[in-house]
Amino acid sequence: MVNENFETTIGLEVHVEMQTKSKLLSPAPVHYGDAPNANTNVIDWGYPGVLPMANKGAIEYGMRVALALHADITRDIRWDRKNYIYPDNPKSYQTTQKQTPLARNGYLDVKMPDGSVKRIGIDELHVEEDAGKNTHGEDGYSYVDLNRQGTPLIEIVSKPDIASPDEAYAYLEQLRRVILFTGVSEAKMQEGQMRADVNVSIAPAGSPDYGTRVEMKNVNSFHYVRSALQYEEKRQAQVIRSGQAVAQQTRRYDEPSKATYLMRTKEGDDDYRYFPEPDLAPIHIDQDWIDRVKAELPKSAADRQADYVNQLGLEPYDAEVLTQTLAMANFFDATVAALGEDKAGAKRVANTLIGDVNAYLNKHQVELAATDLTAEHLAGMVRLIEDGTISTKQGKKVFEAIMAGQEPATYAKEHGLVQISDPETLFPWINEVLDANPQSIEDFKGGKDRAVGFLVGQLMKKSKGQANPSVLNQLLMAELQKR
Amino acid sequence: MTYHFFEQDLTSLHQALQAGDVTAEALTKGAFENIKASDPDLEAFVRTHEESALAQARAVDEKGDFSHFLAGIPMAMKDNIATAGLETTAASRILQGFKPVYDATVTKRLKDAGAVITGKANMDEFAMGGSSETSYYKQTKNAWDLTKVPGGSSGGSAAAVAAGQVPYALGSDTGGSIRQPAAFNGIVGMKPTYGRVSRFGLFAMASSMDQIGPLTRTVKDNALVLSAIAGFDEHDATSVDLPATDFTAKMGQSIAGLRIAVPKEYFQEGIDPVVASQVRAAIAQLKDLGAQVDEVSLPHTHYGVAAYYVLMAAEASSNLQRYDGIRYGYRAPEAKTLEEVYRETRSTGFGPEVKRRIMLGTYSLSAGAYDAFFKKAAQVRTLIIQDFDQVFEKYDLIVGPTTPTQPYGIGEEIGDPKAMYLGDALTIPVNLAGLPAMSINAGFNAGLPIGLQLIGKAFDEATLYQVAAAFEQENDFTKALPDIAAKY
Amino acid sequence: MAASISKEEVAHVADLAKLNFSDQELEHYTGQLQEIVGICEKLAAVDTTGVAPTYSVTPNVNHLRADEPVDWQQQQALLDQAPESAAGLIKVPAILKQED
Repeated sequence: MVNENFETTIGLEVHVEMQTKSKLLSPAPVHYGDAPNANTNVIDWGYPGVLPMANKGAIEYGMRVALALHADITRDIRWDRKNYIYPDNPKSYQTTQKQTPLARNGYLDVKMPDGSVKRIGIDELHVEEDAGKNTHGEDGYSYVDLNRQGTPLIEIVSKPDIASPDEAYAYLEQLRRVILFTGVSEAKMQEGQMRADVNVSIAPAGSPDYGTRVEMKNVNSFHYVRSALQYEEKRQAQVIRSGQAVAQQTRRYDEPSKATYLMRTKEGDDDYRYFPEPDLAPIHIDQDWIDRVKAELPKSAADRQADYVNQLGLEPYDAEVLTQTLAMANFFDATVAALGEDKAGAKRVANTLIGDVNAYLNKHQVELAATDLTAEHLAGMVRLIEDGTISTKQGKKVFEAIMAGQEPATYAKEHGLVQISDPETLFPWINEVLDANPQSIEDFKGGKDRAVGFLVGQLMKKSKGQANPSVLNQLLMAELQKR
Repeated sequence: MTYHFFEQDLTSLHQALQAGDVTAEALTKGAFENIKASDPDLEAFVRTHEESALAQARAVDEKGDFSHFLAGIPMAMKDNIATAGLETTAASRILQGFKPVYDATVTKRLKDAGAVITGKANMDEFAMGGSSETSYYKQTKNAWDLTKVPGGSSGGSAAAVAAGQVPYALGSDTGGSIRQPAAFNGIVGMKPTYGRVSRFGLFAMASSMDQIGPLTRTVKDNALVLSAIAGFDEHDATSVDLPATDFTAKMGQSIAGLRIAVPKEYFQEGIDPVVASQVRAAIAQLKDLGAQVDEVSLPHTHYGVAAYYVLMAAEASSNLQRYDGIRYGYRAPEAKTLEEVYRETRSTGFGPEVKRRIMLGTYSLSAGAYDAFFKKAAQVRTLIIQDFDQVFEKYDLIVGPTTPTQPYGIGEEIGDPKAMYLGDALTIPVNLAGLPAMSINAGFNAGLPIGLQLIGKAFDEATLYQVAAAFEQENDFTKALPDIAAKY
Repeated sequence: MAASISKEEVAHVADLAKLNFSDQELEHYTGQLQEIVGICEKLAAVDTTGVAPTYSVTPNVNHLRADEPVDWQQQQALLDQAPESAAGLIKVPAILKQED
């Protein structure tokens, strides 16, 4: 809170593109990054006479998110039209669920910066279609690409339970995590797959009413949301302190200046002339359908985190890090599966993913899926270390190799990274070294442990560093006892 | 050489084609000769497509497959039904030059059957009107009297069939747009049950009421064409998945014992006494044929026009918002800014009736008016449906006049939207309830036809055809020919 | 219920509908709309207490499409119909920066 005298109330409306194979109302493919208008047909263009046909997959993806957020699925749903004319809105209405949203009354438990957990209410979730994309030329024209038009969105509307910019940030992070684990979206902010409309008002502490709402639309980074809210808290407090009223406005956040700017002042709500969509049949969702979707719902981040601790013995912190993204958790699971029975290796897999792999991803600014690393290769490397074939130090080199897509065992062999653990090879060296250093044997018998270190050093030199240290140690000690 | 379609029905044309007595090309050429002879006066077509039609006909001849009863037979398509590659404008300037890149489902079905599309029938702009006077392009005349309106909005479709230019046409009916022009031109027009025929490719006016249907000279032809176009369509979420129906199945069966309801309200709403007496005479005939006829009440009929105009205009205002000069069709040439493109394109692209309905619809959906207009009208719609439900508990069908008046003079009502709207009072309730209804000729007065309307239970078109066929059998009005037929 | 619809209301509705009317036209449409709205106001006389509104008469429920992508291959034909296009995009006069 910037100022003890004010209370901040924040509501977030988050749009997430759901990665169905086809669009919400037309069979055109949903695919990011294709040539402009490649994924469009007469329906997406709002041609005269075309009719929409709703995608069952989009409804079920929406149900997944609703269930993950503990919301009550609406049993009888019909679609509504939201009317407005805009170049990226070909029918001049957006098909949405205004009166009967897919689900209501959910919640999200959010870990706050101070470690406490706060339950943020979800007012409702609804499925609707995304608009196309406008780009603005320097030539006095704008250009419209309708590839995105009709991509199914799930809009998640929070209750006004969020009381600070930091809480808003934590809510968004946790919401993204929950959505990732439903498998309906990768929620990539930079590709606009997750965008937030932000409403914020401040009022004198203890005031029975919320202040006047200021809204910011389509903020596409969690950091921007936080900065914008921080700015708005200060700005609105200043307005109120100066004895003025906060105006109902739509503002725009500008990152370079970390400030918000007025876009337009609103006089009442926009007149979107919502009405029930007559071109689509109503939807009835019975308990069977809900149960089927529930059964398909991938395990949540929280459940997987608990499994890692309870079944694989991971540290809670490590388990949390591994379940930040679905990609990472799935990769971890696949690697552990590839290890087979060797559950002890799971800790090493976790350490490698959290340490080396994350460092690699950060350094190269790539996503896990975009690297050449496979679960089999990572499991192979862990197995080599676990069974002593290679040392942890050698493991570093093997790691670089598997990140480059190489098979770990083959690589280790070809590069002479294999540890020597065979007593048949090690014994002659031990005898040679002991024979050459009688003084060290005497020192050992006299209780000087340092002598062992010296002898090991000699032996490692002899093996060109390839002797397995633990096996070597064992054999050396046994021989020393005998002499 | 012209072709006298009056002496033939679809069945005899089909037999002639199958027997090789005539070719599809000859029939199609005949249709075009008819059109060339009569259309300068009649103006039933917005545009014809002789080249593509002849190509279609020749392709059918070459293939020699006349297994479908519509194969090789020419027809007229209403100008609001999408035909890939053929300009389709809904008789509006805003779609001037627009060639849909896809076929409506009915177009596809007809093409697959081997039907030959001769051209696009004129209509009221976006099907908004009851006289075909709101077309941007043409003024279709009544086939029986060139000084009178042909009705609308499917006025071109009705006139083309009544004048014998082509044996059948498709139209669309949102508030009476098939039945009223069928009545005005003395032919058979069917508005099928909502969901019976796919709307995919029909340029929408009011999505919750629009239906495509056939206009023909005979009842049997009508049932045949409906069989060809009806059926489930995966592109239309409101099309109903029912087993294929033979709409001719009950034709020829006696109507003795059928229970017919005659709503008293259908003889009240400003009805012309001439129309009333002719329709009563027709009903008496049905009674003579053994039907049980009772007067009933549909008490909310009186509110149909108001409820319809609010709901229709609301849906239409939304459906027509896509015409913005951005993606297809007409764009105002002078417009510079985006806002000018929107406003000038729409202001100069739409005619006055379309603008009137857009304004009414936009108003009734706007924040302050929604509850009193849009929602209220939707509630009244429920009451109108309940009226029908109650009658259909005891009766097999409802019979009454199609229109309150006979065809009026061109230009007489166009300046008076209120009068025009009230002219739809007897056809509108059916669209609000989604029921099937047809109009057949009940006879003539002063050389102009009068329509008899039959209204059925949902998805019971077959009973309507049964009764219509029995009536037709008794009264061979199809033998009467309009003067314009003398041209060929 | 409002007894009539004012010229200002008609102008506002025209704005929403993106239609331009001259002053004279506005006058004309106000008159006609008043008349039509007058017909529609008859509805107020109907007692609809407890009556559910009907927005659609389709008997269909759950008519949904399986999530299977189909490319209808219409991209070029669609672009060809656009009044203006460039580089595969629909070209429109500059959108004045509002919110997108």
